[in-house]
Amino acid sequence: MPSPKPNVVHPHLRPNQIGLTIRDYEGSMSTLCAGCGHDSVTAAIVRSFYELSTPPHLIAKLSGIGCSSKTPTYFVGGAHGFNSAHGRMPSIATGANAANRALTYIGISGDGDSLSIGIGQLVHAIRRNVDMLYIIENNGVYGLTKGQFSASADIGSKSKRGEVNRFGPIDPVSLALDLGATFVARSFSGDKEQLVPILKAALSHKGFALVDVISPCVTFNDHEGSTKSYLYTRKHLLQLISADFVPFAREITVDYAPGTATSVRLHDGSVVRLRKVEADYDPTDRQRVASHLELHRNRGEIATGLLFVDKQASDMHDTSKTTEVPLAQIPYEKLCPGSAKLDELQKTFR
Amino acid sequence: MIRINDFALKLANVNGTGSASANGLLMQAIFRMGIPVSGKNLFPSNIQGLPTWYEVRVSKHGHTARALDYDLVIAMNAETYGRDVKEVRSGGALLYDSSWPLDAELARPDITFLGVPLAKLCNEIFTDSRERILMKNIAYLGSLVALLDVDMAIIDELLQEKFSKKKALRDSNHRALRAGYDFAIEHFDCPLPIRLEKMTATDDRILIDGNTATALGCVYAGATVAAWYPITPSTSVMDAFKEFCAAYRKDPETGKNNYCILQAEDELAAIGMVIGASWNGARAFTSTSGPGISLMGELIGLAYYAEIPAVIVDVQRTGPSTGMPTRTQQGDILACAYASHGDTKHILLFPSDPAECFTLAIAAFDLAERFQTPVFLLSDLDIGMNDWVCPRLKWDDAYRPNRGRVLGADELEKMAKFYRYSPENEDHVAARSLPGVHSKGAFFTRGSGHNKLGGYTEIPDEYQEVMDRLARKHRAAARAVPAPIIHKQVDAAFGIVSLGGCNPAVREAVAALAERGIIADTMRVRGFPFGEEVEAFLAAHDQVFVVEQNRDAQLRTLLTMETSAPKEKLKSILVYGGFPLSSRHVIDGVTAQLEQRSAGSRVAR
Repeated sequence: MPSPKPNVVHPHLRPNQIGLTIRDYEGSMSTLCAGCGHDSVTAAIVRSFYELSTPPHLIAKLSGIGCSSKTPTYFVGGAHGFNSAHGRMPSIATGANAANRALTYIGISGDGDSLSIGIGQLVHAIRRNVDMLYIIENNGVYGLTKGQFSASADIGSKSKRGEVNRFGPIDPVSLALDLGATFVARSFSGDKEQLVPILKAALSHKGFALVDVISPCVTFNDHEGSTKSYLYTRKHLLQLISADFVPFAREITVDYAPGTATSVRLHDGSVVRLRKVEADYDPTDRQRVASHLELHRNRGEIATGLLFVDKQASDMHDTSKTTEVPLAQIPYEKLCPGSAKLDELQKTFR
Repeated sequence: MIRINDFALKLANVNGTGSASANGLLMQAIFRMGIPVSGKNLFPSNIQGLPTWYEVRVSKHGHTARALDYDLVIAMNAETYGRDVKEVRSGGALLYDSSWPLDAELARPDITFLGVPLAKLCNEIFTDSRERILMKNIAYLGSLVALLDVDMAIIDELLQEKFSKKKALRDSNHRALRAGYDFAIEHFDCPLPIRLEKMTATDDRILIDGNTATALGCVYAGATVAAWYPITPSTSVMDAFKEFCAAYRKDPETGKNNYCILQAEDELAAIGMVIGASWNGARAFTSTSGPGISLMGELIGLAYYAEIPAVIVDVQRTGPSTGMPTRTQQGDILACAYASHGDTKHILLFPSDPAECFTLAIAAFDLAERFQTPVFLLSDLDIGMNDWVCPRLKWDDAYRPNRGRVLGADELEKMAKFYRYSPENEDHVAARSLPGVHSKGAFFTRGSGHNKLGGYTEIPDEYQEVMDRLARKHRAAARAVPAPIIHKQVDAAFGIVSLGGCNPAVREAVAALAERGIIADTMRVRGFPFGEEVEAFLAAHDQVFVVEQNRDAQLRTLLTMETSAPKEKLKSILVYGGFPLSSRHVIDGVTAQLEQRSAGSRVAR
């Protein structure tokens, strides 16, 4: 059972814009294995929400089933959470978002949860452009059932028991790009510097933001021969594009040399400044991003960064023409047509 | 012998040829003549080219169950002539297209053959080939107007309404109608002995199908989120919901939608969306049929265990598997009562007609939120897709939804600490908090083992404590579901129990049996869990016949498991071929069982 963290407040903890310290964005103690990549992702989530000054009660955190899906307990204790069923978080998040568009939604999933049992729901949440941050904590194995390959395991990757994976991987980043996702990023749990600005930008993005985080499993997939180990990931990681996140409130004072940086103003007014590592990389050109990714994949490199963003797209509510007031908060009196309308209508039932 | 307002017709058509429109007009015209009428569409799972039948029963006594004896058959499908001719009651008539000669083998000396050259008539009037086919239906309608003495003014009025913006089409219809009418007047002795005469029995009634009524109920209940996956026979629930929302749920100031309808990728997602929306405080529902229920099983268990409201409309069709998608059955009773793995029990509501679809849809939302649990509205294809004559729907503007125990920001602020599953009230329900309201209400909802405070647990006692409360909560719902409708007679020899769409057939059968001196009490259950009235009715009768439309006696099984009634005294009458129930099925079933019993007692003596 997860236990609460000791409630000791360090006097030097800096409050954010709404007067909360980083401790206010933490949850219960993690029960994952020591060194698990997921705990680093949790820490990055905590920092991101803290830095964005999001009121905890306006956050809804959802997950499916698996090691990754346990983590919503470990961050933002003051937010409502929903640990749902295996592979079904996208539909539950979709319904939740339909009912209350005013909350900030974060979904935590894993490669098993998202790319096997839940791939149908994932692709349709992308298609609908549900306004949420969707993190896949990707380690290539099923941890809770002790080390079976997942659908993101590479061909030739070895399991802890020495078995060699023979089926090709599903790459969530390519999948998302192909499906028309409006925000696609990949990062590494071991690189907080990169991950935090990506998460902040993803949370500020209006629409479905998919962030694939390579998050090694220290217990079942961190050995020699695995392509999802810390060592392998560090060795093959390629930062294609790096992102700085500038919140809406802060004046932009530093300008990057033209040609090396692109600024993207997000829906809420905040800005992501993308510094290109490759000269001809354009994170708003879906086709070229796809071919870049293909190129690096063929070279055996794991391309990371905020890889693609489309800030123009309409989200599920725009498409559905839903009213701005959260549906769950509309008073009943506005929803019921009343007896006069019913009488009128029934004249046509004759 | 002249029979007024008491006969049955069967129209045999080919699907996709436009017959539905003509048949619907006939039924609507009879309804507008003030005469109780029912129409049963017996259609195939196909878009074009397969046999389809439409039965119209006219009954001045108000019997609306399916009739099995046809006074007049309109045989428009050469492929099914053989069986259609056989189905005419001796002394009845058959109307056929005499553009081609009828096969001599089909001759029957005991019925009248009414040949109308429908194809020839339409070929003379129309040039367009599609129109020639479509208008044959209106032409036979014209003949029926003459043969049955349908009020022509009402037909005119209906065509006027239907084609108010399509003058050319209205004219075509008129010409075809007139051709069929004139031919009948000229060649036959009109009207036939079976004929119509105006009544006033439908003045305060409406003609409505159950799916439309269900959708209307969802609108009036205040549902704002609906998620679904297309499936026959429930699709028209969402079609109607969409239509009503477009009419009644646009924000007057912004023109935006005060609703969100999500066509899901499958039923797994549809129920997930409903659960997500309900978790977030919206009234949400899905509509589906048996195969969808199978897929939803997983998350129904989550909603049950995590105690999240959900309304599931199941318009039942014939199973198992794909079964017969366009045929009716009451085959999901047990699947819904105990849907999902582990120990689960759900609240079920059984509407018997469209009017009850409306009221029980509203009750479903109130129960789901009061008891924080999934509630099933178990309609079926016969109720859902056929037009029924129903009492006019009434609405009390004082109605306010029962949202159950939901804590607001002020209440949460005052609380020392919020626990999701404690303390419980007299319904064994604890208060819930909604996301976005207050940090103190923050709660981690889970389908994994939890204790009464809402924390994760794997401790046996803590787990059992919650499971036991859920069982008590389900039992408490017995007081809240709609009571059974019981009709008691003096000196009843036995009881008949039924549910849902069996009602018209059972009532008609009971009246017919009474004329033979066989007196029965009846009980129509309307909800599960079963309350005290159900127990008392079963206890008060030594013999009970349970009438239902499935093979495995699912209602009887549920009664034997969930009441103290001994299994032996409940005898089944089962009709499950996929067509709506007729009183004859019930009469035959009851008399056969009674004969068997008296034969048995003779042997015993």
